[in-house]
Amino acid sequence: MARIGVFVCHCGENIARTVNCAKVAEEAAKMPGVVYALDYKYMCSDPGQEIILKAIKEHRLTSVVVAACSPHMHEKTFRGTASRGGLNPYMCEQANIREHCSWVHESIPEGTDKAIDIVRTLVAKVMRDQPLDVIKVPVTKRCMVIGGGIAGIQAALDVAAAGYEVVLVERQASIGGHMSQLSETFPTLDCSQCILTPRMVEVAQHPKIKLYTFSEVEAVSGYVGNFKVKIRRKARYVKEEVCIRCGLCTQKCPAKKIPNEFNCGLDNRTAIHVPFPQAVPNIPRIDRENCTWFQKGKCGVCKKICPVNAVDYEMEDKIVEEDIGAIVVATGYELYDIAGNDPNGLYSGYGEYGKGKYADVIDGLQFERLASASGPTGGEIRRPSDGKEPKTIAFLACIGSRDNQKGISFCSNICCMYLAKHAMLYEHKVHGGKGYIFYMDIRSGGKSYDEFVRRAVEEDHVCYVRGRVSKVYKRGDKIVLRGTDTLLGRPIELEADMVVLATAVTPSPGVEKLAQMLGIPYDKYKFLSEAHPKLRPVETVTAGIYLAGCCQGPKDIPLTVAQASGAASKVLALLSRSELEREPTVAKVDETTCVACWCCYEVCPYNAIEKKEIRDRKGNLIKMVANVNRGLCQGCGLCAATCRSGSIDLAGFNDEQLMAEIEALAQVR
Amino acid sequence: MTYAYYPGCSLEGTAGDYNESTQAVCRALGVPLKEVPDWVCCGTTPAHETNQLLVTSLGVKNLASARSVSDKVVVPCAACYNRLKSANYEISHDKALKAKALNAAEVSYDGDAQVLHVIELLVREIGLEKLKAAVKKPLKGLAVASYYGCLLVRPERIMKFDDAEDPQTMDQVVAAVGGDVVDWPGKVDCCGASAAIPHTETVLKQVNQILTDAKACGADVVAVACPLCQNNLDLRQLDIRKKIGKDHNIPILYITQLVGLALGLSASELALQKLVVDATPVLKAKGVL
Ligand SMILES: Cc1cc2nc3c(=O)[nH]c(=O)nc-3n(C[C@H](O)[C@H](O)[C@H](O)COP(=O)(O)OP(=O)(O)OC[C@H]3O[C@@H](n4cnc5c(N)ncnc54)[C@H](O)[C@@H]3O)c2cc1C
Repeated sequence: MARIGVFVCHCGENIARTVNCAKVAEEAAKMPGVVYALDYKYMCSDPGQEIILKAIKEHRLTSVVVAACSPHMHEKTFRGTASRGGLNPYMCEQANIREHCSWVHESIPEGTDKAIDIVRTLVAKVMRDQPLDVIKVPVTKRCMVIGGGIAGIQAALDVAAAGYEVVLVERQASIGGHMSQLSETFPTLDCSQCILTPRMVEVAQHPKIKLYTFSEVEAVSGYVGNFKVKIRRKARYVKEEVCIRCGLCTQKCPAKKIPNEFNCGLDNRTAIHVPFPQAVPNIPRIDRENCTWFQKGKCGVCKKICPVNAVDYEMEDKIVEEDIGAIVVATGYELYDIAGNDPNGLYSGYGEYGKGKYADVIDGLQFERLASASGPTGGEIRRPSDGKEPKTIAFLACIGSRDNQKGISFCSNICCMYLAKHAMLYEHKVHGGKGYIFYMDIRSGGKSYDEFVRRAVEEDHVCYVRGRVSKVYKRGDKIVLRGTDTLLGRPIELEADMVVLATAVTPSPGVEKLAQMLGIPYDKYKFLSEAHPKLRPVETVTAGIYLAGCCQGPKDIPLTVAQASGAASKVLALLSRSELEREPTVAKVDETTCVACWCCYEVCPYNAIEKKEIRDRKGNLIKMVANVNRGLCQGCGLCAATCRSGSIDLAGFNDEQLMAEIEALAQVR
Repeated sequence: MTYAYYPGCSLEGTAGDYNESTQAVCRALGVPLKEVPDWVCCGTTPAHETNQLLVTSLGVKNLASARSVSDKVVVPCAACYNRLKSANYEISHDKALKAKALNAAEVSYDGDAQVLHVIELLVREIGLEKLKAAVKKPLKGLAVASYYGCLLVRPERIMKFDDAEDPQTMDQVVAAVGGDVVDWPGKVDCCGASAAIPHTETVLKQVNQILTDAKACGADVVAVACPLCQNNLDLRQLDIRKKIGKDHNIPILYITQLVGLALGLSASELALQKLVVDATPVLKAKGVL
């Protein structure tokens, strides 16, 4: 015989405002199977849990219903309490009388009646609860990090420092990401390369880190603690193990007119090239599309000149497989290409700024390259069109960001800061140079950030103009900007030598494909979604997959690194366990009645249904049945609802329990 | 292929020169146009500001009628073009409105008449290569500032004509017929047409700015594709001289007139005499006429 205890929580005023909790407890006490019922102000608090513990003991309870908030909030808490009281945790159910009741009702009689109904339903269910045991799965103690920007580097180093193996997969030929392109960094103006390159080298030399550059994740299967990953190692046409990094091939390559991506097209590179001098690994690769050998079958200079025979034109992509326990996604960002065309080819969107039309209208990363000591001008600010030193530069904030009309409504978060930095660096480098920043409002919320902006204004006399520029055009060799100064309430016109556009930060291209492969959600801009915006910022809803850096949203380096270390700590918590526990509320197939129609197979969103053969002792196939992989199953119940022969049940939510709940609800008061 | 041709009210009135030049150009290029039977007002300004059902009904009525001639309808007036394109957009996005409008107009129509502006006809249907090949007298040395105004390009999501802030289609036509393309900032500025009656000063200010920009960037003439813009830019030069004291004296030609000149058509075939600011001196000076 079930001996049920019902505990009604007031949640302070949250529930008690519209539910008469004492009345609910009183009614609950009369329900069949209930031997004890009580209400209390905060059931989740320490004294609240004590009440439950004591009642379990004193009234020899077999099951517990806590009428309180949503199970999302406190199911774990109360099941823990039940467990400490000696019950199987799955014999404890939570009746949601807050989100589902008190918050949506206005009067006490209404709220109270509904709360009683809800409690009755859960009492009917708990009576049919079976003890369940958590599922244990093993853990592969290795982590994969996707993306080798500062986020991926930090996460990889943190995990490796704890002694676990890391596989770092980077799409480009070198790790480093965008930080390697930056000149100096706000708010301290320390040199980006100087703080980044030692970490890149550390990654390459770390015995626990396996680095796959120029590689991409091809397929992911499995589940938390037990992922199987296929990685495509794209052909570099240079043997990594053989190359001695002498650099002869890159010096002699005759195809020299290829826009250099690392310098954002501000200068050229050769077809066989190292992305930048500090690249890790410092091994060249051949850019097939621009190589004379691959395109015309002639040349072969690099192969001839290589002293160690490392160039291999026959090299092919390789697929490697890795067993992985946890995954950190750190695929970063790309700047919104406003000069690029709209996918349906009809319009491009931001023609008023002249990007792509005038060489001296550049974006933020191009400015970083101009200001960088390792950049195409050796750190001198010179404009791309004629190499002249610009006497006036206009910096425009919020280009593409915060523009509902054209689709991107978010704030890109870093632009206010880097524009202040750009204007500051410019005025330090070009004496008598004048920087103007056109802004909507200044967002400088980070630590020491507002001080940094004030410094730009007060010490470096950067001229801040509040207002938007509406058009940019050429007058002689000057660029004319027209816009409004909204503080003066006047249209203004400015002649500048160069324009820097702070274009929106958007997720790395192709990230949605990766997300689908991993089964993690993303928002409408394709930024990857965290499990909870406040309380679970580095986790995804898929167990064992974590996020770090700009793939989750635009952010600066300090935040990126903090998030990466956060993700690493989650990975470590996972890998340090000998086995993982998973909720036992998973589906189960009755093999005797399953007719192998595979409807469940079709609907399962987690690929958790397997086709299983049943054979007799001689090995003859008797029949096929569906089988649930308990590691993959998330207990959504789609298969159970779909199954035509009624052969699938969800543990903890079986048909009998659900029917009992419905009957209890339908009961006339 | 025969195109349905929707002239609209302006082209029957103040913009007769646009009508004549469009038809002359199409004849010269061997593009048959057939006027939409029984066309009515496109519903611009008064209706579209006040009554959505009325304006959509007018749109579908014209489009259904056009559909009886061809599945492509050519519209020279930017305002008509905007309205008819919007009607197609609205009925494809609002089923209830579609049903009501079809009922009110007593037609059946399924949004399948493609609305083309004359410029689109030249660039996307006839094609720049063919246009280039047909040129007899290239507009060599004539600096043309293409002025698009608002209605041709906005709202971008409906019109899908070109980049609303820096359109290029008309410039491509100018280049194809041998003119010098002027890179200038006034392309999509508003000519102030909607303030013409309540607040004429605004129009003068706007037009003055547009013409000042065009001239500063070296334009000999301005090309337009909208009767309202043409009117404002051309006619207001008198008032600007009187009230602002600036004498622009810059001819404002329909793009079809410029194309016609390059195709070797005569001034009278293109109704150049209807322009207020006389274009002949500059055209003669540049050897185009
Ligand atoms: C102009 C400008 C100036 C800035 N200045 C500063 C500054 O002064 N101070 C500051 O704090 N911040 C600054 N930032 C911000 C800084 O760049 C970012 O915070 C930081 O680079 C984010 O690092 P990340 O690793 O998340 O992304 P990224 O640097 O973008 O790295 C992502 C990496 O993942 C790789 N990748 C992408 N997709 C895949 C895939 N599918 N598979 C494998 N690999 C993949 C990419 O190739 C890249 O290497 C600036 C940003 C800009 C645009």
